[in-house]
Amino acid sequence: MKITVNVWRQQDAESKGSMVPYVLDEVSEHMSFLEMLDVLNEQLTLEGNDPVAFDSDCREGICGTCGVVINGIPHGPEVTTTCQLHMRTFKDGDVIDIEPWRAGSFPVIKDLVVDRGAFDRIIQAGGYISAPTGSAVEANNIPVPKADADHAFEAATCISCGACVAACPNGSAMLFTAAKITHLGLLPQGQPERDSRVLGMVEQHDAEGFGGCTNIGECTAACPKGIPLDTISRLNRDLLGALSRQTIG
Amino acid sequence: MAVSGLIMIGYLLLHMYGNLKVFAGKEAFDEYAHHLRTFGEPMLPYEGLLWIVRVVLLAAIIVHVYAVVVLWRRNRKAGAVRGARRYYSKKNRTGIQRSYASFTMRWGGLVVLAFIVYHLLHLTTNDIAPGGASDSPYERVVNGFEIWYVVVAYTIAMLAVGFHLWHGIWSALTTLGQNRSSNRIDSRLTGLAVVVTLVITLGFLMPPWAIFLGLEA
Repeated sequence: MKITVNVWRQQDAESKGSMVPYVLDEVSEHMSFLEMLDVLNEQLTLEGNDPVAFDSDCREGICGTCGVVINGIPHGPEVTTTCQLHMRTFKDGDVIDIEPWRAGSFPVIKDLVVDRGAFDRIIQAGGYISAPTGSAVEANNIPVPKADADHAFEAATCISCGACVAACPNGSAMLFTAAKITHLGLLPQGQPERDSRVLGMVEQHDAEGFGGCTNIGECTAACPKGIPLDTISRLNRDLLGALSRQTIG
Repeated sequence: MAVSGLIMIGYLLLHMYGNLKVFAGKEAFDEYAHHLRTFGEPMLPYEGLLWIVRVVLLAAIIVHVYAVVVLWRRNRKAGAVRGARRYYSKKNRTGIQRSYASFTMRWGGLVVLAFIVYHLLHLTTNDIAPGGASDSPYERVVNGFEIWYVVVAYTIAMLAVGFHLWHGIWSALTTLGQNRSSNRIDSRLTGLAVVVTLVITLGFLMPPWAIFLGLEA
């Protein structure tokens, strides 16, 4: 099928970018979205032009490296990652707009590639447990209610792709932060650092310049892993608790 | 923002109850208005309770607006892209699942604020008196709402309040950590927000329309 793509082209972080149209005459509906971009890049390379820079790694929807805004929606119209979106979602003759994640804290490096280092720094501010490592203990020694385990797992499926920030009208990374708070906060191993985790991560979130959550819910709709929105309320509960304990002592 | 908003919602419910006294007739309505001023006497001075409520509400509005300004500035910066628009695509402009109410909070809030100013001038101080001024609160209300454009303006303002509350109630309770449902639409809080919003909006719209249509007691 014939597809026209409007791609954001930007030479480097300092240059001004713009949307550039390219026509692809033979796109198979079995191609993934990234394979379609690969075809575009082959075409550009053969013509002696600079290929479009975009991030990708596993291409099976589990690493969180890929991700572009397709027709105004992060990862496009299906609830999946860009690499797992297939061209059969589109029709012959479609015009597809492709843009990078947009947020003040996600500066564009080149074309569709943005710097998501802010996410790493939020995790460094508390998104872990400092358990002494050694041989794994017998799993049944630490009972976890089934509902908690399921919900923690749901939150743990976050792949840190950044679609939530790209979708949020406020440029907030609350869903990303809340997923980690929920994942660790529901499990016994996460309890000792529960207060310092939420305080540290929210402080870093704000320091990185992400916006504040106004509960609009675009993040959860854009999330390829379907991280549920109640994680944000859970973060707020933890934060209120931690702040009151910090104040009262 | 959540706490100040909930304080104002509590006041709206009480205010709506007072308005519905219109249906009990002039005497009951004026007596209720008078009683509000003598409430708590002699422990409180004349209009004592009213002034306590006014101070609390004014404080709530100031906190609410301050929070909006801080959040708005921060969020504008967070979504901004230097030297370019955030997204150029003209597709899916209205987002994936966000509600109309959720992205009209600020403009809707301004409409509500402008209405509150007009509303105080009209029915509290009576400086603006469409249909004629009066010492009787009941007559002020009836005089005003017999005029079609007053009713229309009031209706628009109440719809703005309704939209503001629809998202606001849900958002306030979520901010306070009460959302335990995985998605925006199914949430039990959405149900609660819709019910409270409908009660407040319809409760406030009934008296003026009844007066306009000549159905009041």
